[in-house]
Amino acid sequence: MKFVWFNLQPWPYLPEDFREKYRSVWVDIPNTLFDPEKGHELYNMYLDQLEFAESLGFDGIGCNEHHQNAYGLMPSPNIIAAGLARRTSDAAICVIGNSIALYNPPLRVAEEFAMLDCISGGRLVAGFPVGTAMDTNFTYGQIPALTRDKYAEAHDMIIQAWTRDEVFAFDGKYNQLRYVNLWPKPVQKPHPPIYIPGGGSIETWDFCLDHDYNYSYLSFNGYKGGKALLDGFWERQAERGDRDDSPYRTSFAQIMCVADTDEEAEKLYAEHVLYFFNRCLHVYPGFSDPAGYRTVDTIKAGKLNQLRKENMEMFTKLTWKDLVDGGFVIAGSPDTVAEQMEYLATSLRVGTVFCLMSIGDMPDWKTRYSTQLFAEKVMPRLRNIWPDHDAEQWWCKPLANRVRHEGDDLNHARRHPDTPEGVL
Amino acid sequence: MSVAVRTVTTRRGIEAKVRTLGAEDNPPLLYLHGAGGLLPTEPVLDHLAERFAVFAPEWPGFGEEMTETQIEDMLDFTLHGWDLVDALGLEQPFLAGHSMGGMIAAEMAAINPGGLRGLALLAAAGLWLDDHPVPDIFAMLPFELAEVLFADPRAGEKVLTAGLDFADDDALKRFLVGNARKLGTAGKILFPIPNRRLSKRLYRVTTPTVLVWGAADKLLPTVYAERYRELLTATAAELRIVEGAAHMLPYEQPEATAAAVAGLLG
Repeated sequence: MKFVWFNLQPWPYLPEDFREKYRSVWVDIPNTLFDPEKGHELYNMYLDQLEFAESLGFDGIGCNEHHQNAYGLMPSPNIIAAGLARRTSDAAICVIGNSIALYNPPLRVAEEFAMLDCISGGRLVAGFPVGTAMDTNFTYGQIPALTRDKYAEAHDMIIQAWTRDEVFAFDGKYNQLRYVNLWPKPVQKPHPPIYIPGGGSIETWDFCLDHDYNYSYLSFNGYKGGKALLDGFWERQAERGDRDDSPYRTSFAQIMCVADTDEEAEKLYAEHVLYFFNRCLHVYPGFSDPAGYRTVDTIKAGKLNQLRKENMEMFTKLTWKDLVDGGFVIAGSPDTVAEQMEYLATSLRVGTVFCLMSIGDMPDWKTRYSTQLFAEKVMPRLRNIWPDHDAEQWWCKPLANRVRHEGDDLNHARRHPDTPEGVL
Repeated sequence: MSVAVRTVTTRRGIEAKVRTLGAEDNPPLLYLHGAGGLLPTEPVLDHLAERFAVFAPEWPGFGEEMTETQIEDMLDFTLHGWDLVDALGLEQPFLAGHSMGGMIAAEMAAINPGGLRGLALLAAAGLWLDDHPVPDIFAMLPFELAEVLFADPRAGEKVLTAGLDFADDDALKRFLVGNARKLGTAGKILFPIPNRRLSKRLYRVTTPTVLVWGAADKLLPTVYAERYRELLTATAAELRIVEGAAHMLPYEQPEATAAAVAGLLG
């Protein structure tokens, strides 16, 4: 199994009455709630955590793209990735990813990803999400009904730019370039491994299978809620019969909290996880699905609950027990977490896990404590869940002789006043 | 009033269903619906048919067929309007459009003002005023729309849902699928800001024009009608305000709306 440590980089200072006072954490959240001086501290803390995760032996460290969103401070994930590329030496840099329909022209993504691949010595894992409606349509103004078409064109341009050795003209519907001639080009050939964060559409499953891309289910629904989608992917794979069933074809994001005991996990982490679910996920439903964003078939298969007035408040009532029982969160002692993770991996048939371990307003020391326990006591037990499968096709291929950054001190904690002595 | 449905195929190859009403020897009027599409009953068409031979096409993407992919940008929309005029064999018709349909009608007039006998813009979209930002219908939930669109939201909700009960999953799903097609298509010219630079082209409109607006329009308040009048420099557009109506004036006050359009007949 592969483990990617991932933080969403949430804003931890949302007021307690955020949900009552404001309609959405995303798109039209008052930006007066943002404090750049605190932002300085946070960005550095979150980057340090990612570097710390590498030092503990995680296979990858990851970042993603959100806009005008108080639970994700990374409108430009490539800036985060650039920092990581310079401060780490071994972990894959998983940028999951760039919303390629937003870049005009998308050549910019081909260029920046190539730069990251060069700087990191071939450690880039490249994600191409369509992007949420909040980011793509409401923040970046893309026309919902044309977003998927524009995405497909952007994908085509990027792959051609990465793989063609001659100067060529690209006559697209949304992008016209007379001279496409990528400089620099990526280290990895023909290009870095591609991960497609997707929902449950059959089109996305086929797109991943057609190109041998990783189908990445990145949500906060957890392993119970996410099972139907992964089942759908594997049913499609079996039905087509033209691709093997390597678990490394899929990846899955899971919120995890590890402590000495199950009781300690609740004591340490419950308030931060509830901050995340109750405040950070307070998204105005009108922003989640503008007409035209989803295909008609997807709507027919979809859930309707959040569009009803009476159901708009449903996340407010979630408790720690609901979240743990519902599989949204895997929390507890190393034994508990290892057992549930093993079940997750085998029941969903997942080769790569995005480990969400910095949750809500969790202080640095708790994130590091949980992460370290996971790396030392859980990860070794899960490593060889898939002995008959090789991740190689879906993983980065770093240069053997690459620049290393071993002189850096990666193992220091950013100490907060509430960090107990001797915990690290 | 008896309504017939004709299917015509445009030269681009798009099939369009067209409702026809009114005596054939009445002057022809092409009526372009708004982003909500043609509803099962359109009382305004009945009233218009007393004076006009009415042709009310369903816009591509608004019907039961799969989402239309050929009509993508403003020029495509405008040319499809003229393709319909050609396919129906209309000679110098009157042209009326509501909301999104009004935006298309205004573009059609700007591109070929001599091809029309008269132009009626009913609460037409297409302009943007920084001081009066148009509410974002694309970010509204089904139960929020009526409040913004109608002077009487309770009555309006019945019009919008055509009697569907949202507590019923299938009904809500049918509504969402319909909405995805209609507003998804409308978004091509209305999202994220309903401004495709029509304001630069309105100077070309020499067609006799009437602007018909609901007095209580909250989506495009009457200040937008005033702005249209300012930008229509080559024609003395008349402004007719309909009392007891908001943005959905063809449904709220169909008779008064039709009478205002008929004013073009002199």
